[in-house]
Amino acid sequence: MRRPPALSMSIACAVLGVASTVYAADYVSLAGGTFTSVLPADGKAGDATVAPFRLRATPVTNAEFLAFVRAHPQWRRDHSPAVFAESRYLSSWSAPDAPGPAASSEQPVTWVSWFAAQAFCENERARLPTWYEWEFAAAADATRTDARADPAWRERILTWYARPSTAALASVGGEANVYGARDLHGLVWEWVDDFNALLVSADNREQGDPDMLRFCGAGALTLQQRENYAVLMRVAMLSSLKAADATANLGFRCAKPGLIEDAP
Amino acid sequence: MNTMSDQGRSAMLAILLALIGAFSFASVPEAAELPTTSVYRLDVPLVDQDGNGLHLADRRGKPLIVSMFYTSCHNVCPLTIDTLLATERALAPNARLGLDVLLVSFDSERDDPLALKRVADLRKLDVPRWTLARTEAANVRKLSAVLGIQYRELANREFNHSSALVLLDAEGRMVARSDTVGAVDQKFVSALATLLSGK
Repeated sequence: MRRPPALSMSIACAVLGVASTVYAADYVSLAGGTFTSVLPADGKAGDATVAPFRLRATPVTNAEFLAFVRAHPQWRRDHSPAVFAESRYLSSWSAPDAPGPAASSEQPVTWVSWFAAQAFCENERARLPTWYEWEFAAAADATRTDARADPAWRERILTWYARPSTAALASVGGEANVYGARDLHGLVWEWVDDFNALLVSADNREQGDPDMLRFCGAGALTLQQRENYAVLMRVAMLSSLKAADATANLGFRCAKPGLIEDAP
Repeated sequence: MNTMSDQGRSAMLAILLALIGAFSFASVPEAAELPTTSVYRLDVPLVDQDGNGLHLADRRGKPLIVSMFYTSCHNVCPLTIDTLLATERALAPNARLGLDVLLVSFDSERDDPLALKRVADLRKLDVPRWTLARTEAANVRKLSAVLGIQYRELANREFNHSSALVLLDAEGRMVARSDTVGAVDQKFVSALATLLSGK
């Protein structure tokens, strides 16, 4: 019996598909829109507007970051200057150009600084997502674009937070949300482009009380949806970071503005 | 004689912009010699109040106070300039001449050289020892990240931002910072005086 040509085609496509997860990033499209962020757009209570954008379907993996580091040796941990990446940058890798057994290819890369993450994204004609883009994408679950009011959704995320951070990270490729984006919750924390824009006062008493001398303009932000700890914990974590910092559970993914690739 | 067509000019511009983009993370020429903690490893192309192009790392060789502001800001930004002027006045006049001051705008959309020049003139800033400059939005974010300055653009086109004066030595290493606004930070002045005396 002759094998139907369609089958061999689909096998070829499947093989290419596997290769492309490593070498050409998979982006999903989000139409954007207006939504209520935990961080009010006007510093008080205003909704945030997100323009159409594309987001990497999964966080960047060790294999992807290794390919970047090999092509751009200035981002090896033994070459990158301290001003861009602290001493623990890529410290989970067994060598500067080899993740080794402790950091498998399909695990999300962690121990990366904001500068290194940004450089990776620029290299694929992208950038880090803004906080609003990330929060917009992460508000969805498998069937709804905004699942945030659902106590079960919040509970699931909080359960992840409660897991010990010493456990090995899973591979990327968890359940897709309604946009096709995966692992926004439940795997790693992620850098955003404007991580240093969150201006959250460490002291609750300053909120709503414009602290003109520390923050020109409207003062420290008033957080909304205080019951939404699942998202607020991200804000608190990101606002505590410096751009050269790297941690065991902090990775990233990239974003591109608009829904269609610009002509090269 | 200018024979370049409009298309030719826009093509040139596109190539130029692409090059600027491609080099936004490239090392500056002297990078090999810079300390690993030097802020000057970040290539930030700037345009000053007179429309001249320069790079952040061009300030290498002389101590520099760098801070960030925007010209339409009426709360903290005039105070940032007041604080900088008062800090300078706390130094001996000769010592002052050994110091550069650079203020980079958060507002890459509205702060063009004209807007910067207006502030430099209005506040009678000692140009060119003082430089007011703008850069593209992506570079504003990188510069703020490297300096540890927080900022956020609000929906009404105001900016929320933290205020810091950052003192860099001749090699671009951060030697002191002050979050004090509206008053002279004596610790910062001592660090500045020590740096300028070369001890």
